[in-house]
This record gives sequence, structure tokens and C-alpha cells, in this order.
Amino acid sequence: MTDEPAIRVDRLTKIYKTATAVDGISFALTRGTITGLLGGNGAGKTTTIAMLMGLTTPTSGTVRVLGAEMPRERFSVLHRMNFESPYVEMPMRLTVGQNLKVFGMLYGVPDLKARIAEIAAELDLSDLLDRPTGKLSAGQKTRVSLAKALLNKPDVLLLDEPTASLDPDTADWVRARLERYRDEQGATMLIASHNMAEVERLCERVIFMKQGRIEDDDTPAGLLARYGRHTLEEVFLDVARGREREAAR
Amino acid sequence: MSALAFSPTRVAAMVLRYWYLLRSSWARLIELIYWPAVQMLMWGFLQTYLADQASAFARAGGVFIGAVILWDILFRGQLGFSISFLEEMYARNLGNLLISPLRASEFVAALMIMSIVRLAIGIVPVTLMAIWFFGFNLWGLGFGLAAFFANLMLTGWAVGIFVSGLVLRNGLGAETFAWSIMFLLLPLACVYYPVAVLPVWLQTIAWALPPTYVFEGMRALVSAHTFRADLMIQALALNVVLFSLATAAFLALLASARRNGALMQTGE
Repeated sequence: MTDEPAIRVDRLTKIYKTATAVDGISFALTRGTITGLLGGNGAGKTTTIAMLMGLTTPTSGTVRVLGAEMPRERFSVLHRMNFESPYVEMPMRLTVGQNLKVFGMLYGVPDLKARIAEIAAELDLSDLLDRPTGKLSAGQKTRVSLAKALLNKPDVLLLDEPTASLDPDTADWVRARLERYRDEQGATMLIASHNMAEVERLCERVIFMKQGRIEDDDTPAGLLARYGRHTLEEVFLDVARGREREAAR
Repeated sequence: MSALAFSPTRVAAMVLRYWYLLRSSWARLIELIYWPAVQMLMWGFLQTYLADQASAFARAGGVFIGAVILWDILFRGQLGFSISFLEEMYARNLGNLLISPLRASEFVAALMIMSIVRLAIGIVPVTLMAIWFFGFNLWGLGFGLAAFFANLMLTGWAVGIFVSGLVLRNGLGAETFAWSIMFLLLPLACVYYPVAVLPVWLQTIAWALPPTYVFEGMRALVSAHTFRADLMIQALALNVVLFSLATAAFLALLASARRNGALMQTGE
């Protein structure tokens, strides 16, 4: 394994006309780690993730994923990445099996039939493969999206609120599956989330964004200690409302 | 893994995706045949009526039916391309595709193939109906039909590529262009009448459009039994220019969408 970070962001800025969405942020994610990207609405999380995936061109600064500069060199690494979000849906009229076949072909997954059977078994989807995706419950759809995201065994997995609108039991199941995947594959994950309990459980590092800038960056334990709080939710409120660390103590 | 090259497997994946969608919906299949059939019947009966009234029209037997079927090839060729693209917008699936290894050229190739598939489903039964109802055999045009078809599809794809770029850049607010832009060509490309009918200044514009050559060529073939290869070559040359411009516009609009963050929210 190379020492180069899985993701390296350097003075990244995105300006839409006169609005600055991301303002000169820099960070690097070590391979095999799970990092939480937190911040209120409009903090710049989604724009940052979009630039990591090559969906949006930075105004200035650079993004390198697995050594490739995004978006210029994206085709050399896109097959080693994937993304899951409840806000990006799978075609509803296609069955689960059809969707997985199409995306498996797009990602060039070898021995696709066996891989689909394997991921379906892992995510408890085997009985749903012939069902139209649109007929599934929210929890089942999330599992299908996760199956699509893990189908190509990505080295870098970007997740945007992966457990939004899920019941606690299903959400817990998804988190456990993500942890297992990281442990088995050594994948690097970046999770944008508003669920502080989720971040506390999954992430060994948390990056707080506010108004396009990185407001804080530490381990969950480090943040709790420095802000003198018991939960990340309290830390989140301190950051979002602009309370100084010292004042928060 | 070949992530850098054009991949027929990824093109096949997208064709499969649209094929699954098409066969899952009887309404989508019916829609492919419904309008071409209605159009052909309406113009066919009108021509039958006119042929009884005026000898000039009688001599031009099949011109209207031929025109309406070729118009449908042009219109449905573009629509088939654009609708397959719009299906991704409706399904909110474009994000998944754009972060996959799928290249724009592969996506476009799949949309072209699907436009032919959709067109075949719609037009083949209609051409058979034209033989049954009016004795007009489009297939009897032989090589001429192949030349007409190739030129019309190229124009349809060029317009479809441009419209897809507009929708990528501007969201579903630009969807209306997918349905209406081709109708701009209906009067200018002289689908149902010779170019000579237009005012002289408008004739210049008409001759700048590849389909004009096809419809003139069809009239020459049906009424004078003459295949005008010169017209087809000129149409092809113009189509190469049009296709290149449309591709350049699509790439520019895609780049603009990346700059403006439009690919993050591919809704209205």
C-alpha cells in the first residue's frame, strides 16, 4: 500500500458567481480510514464531495483521489470509487438485479453474476433481485443503493447521509455493514452526515465545515475534550452557532 | 481494467438499461407506434382525397405518405435520443452515471443505438400499414431509403445531442426543447412542399439544413423515379458539420454544467 493519502485536497475553492461555497480548504485522508464531514446546511459539504467525484470543477486549488487529479484524470480512478446517497436514486422500473447488472457492467466488475449473488447475500437482497426497485421500502432501497456502491469493491467510498430517513434498526445495520467493508477491504470512506451518533460510531476523524471553511478537524474524542462536551451533537451546535471553544467550556 | 478506452461493454450496459425500461412499460411501447400511425393515416387519406381532385397530386402518389414517414424518422430519431436521456433525469439517476466510468462518448453511442431501436419499434409497423392502406411501399425506395435514413438520423442525433447538453446545463426546465425544437425544421426543411415554394431569402436558410436535401430527394425519387445522389452527398456534408457543432456544443455545455454545479442537482 502506498503512503500517499487516498484523498488529498489542497486550498480547494469553489465560487458560484459571487457566492463562495468552498473557501480554500485543505485536508488529506489516510487510506483505510473513515472520516466524517460535518456542517450545517450550506456549509459546503455537498460541493466538496461533488468536487471529489469530479462532478464539479474547482474554481481554484486541487483535488487528488488515489493519485489522480479531479476532474481532469477522473477516468483513471472512477472505477475504484463509488458513491451512495439517498438523494441520488436508482432507476425505479428496473428490478434490483437489472440495476446491479447495469452498474456492474458500467464499472467493469469481473465475474459479475457471482459478484451480484455475493453482494445480494451480504446485504440480504437475494429475495429482492426480481423486484422493481421502485416497489421497495426506504430501507430496502438504501440497501440496494449500498449494494451498487459496494459492487465494484471501491477503494474510496463517498457517502452522503447514508442513513437518512432510515429507522434506527436499519440505520444500525447499514453502519455495521460499512464498518465491516472498511475492515475487510481497507477502503477509505468520507461520510457527510447530520447524524452525530453515526459519526461518533463510525469515524476516527471529523472535519467540521462552516461557510465553506474547515472550522475544526480532529478525532471525535479530541473534539469532545477540547470543546468540553459529552456528545458530538453539542460540539456541532457550538461550531454551527459560532461559540468559541473557550467560551463553550 | 480498461478505464481509459471507449468501452463497448459500457455502451451495452446503457442499451440494456434502456431496453429493460422499455420492455417494462407497455405504455412506452404503445407511445412509440401511436403518433406515427395516426400521422401516416391522416396524411395518407388526405393524399387519397387530393389525388381524386387534381391530376398533379395523382402523379405525385406517395409523396405525402413518404414525407410523413421520413419526417417521423427525423423527429422520432431525435426524440428517441432525447427521451432516453430524459429518462435519466426523471429517474434522478444521472448522478450515478456521471460518477461511474461511463464516458460521454459511450453515453451518446448508447443513446444513438436506442434511438434506432425505438424508431424501429415505431416506424416498421407504420410502413407496413402504409402498404396495407395506401399501397405505398417505403421499402421499395431501396438504396434511396438507406441514404435518406442515414442523413435523417444524423440530423436527429445532432439535434438530440445539443438538446441533451441544454438539459444537462439548465435542468429539466429545458426539457421543452426536446419536444419542440425539431418542429422549427418542419416548415424550413420543406417536408411537404418543394423548396421553390419558399421566398428566395428563406430558400437560403432551407438549403443550409440537411433534411431539406432529403425531402427534395424523396420527391424526386417518388414522383420522377430519379435518385439524386448529389443531394444526399450535400446532406451528408452538412450533417458532418452539424454533428460536429452539436458535439462541440454538448461538451461545452457539459463543462459549463461542471463549473456551475448543475450536475449536482439535475432536477428542475
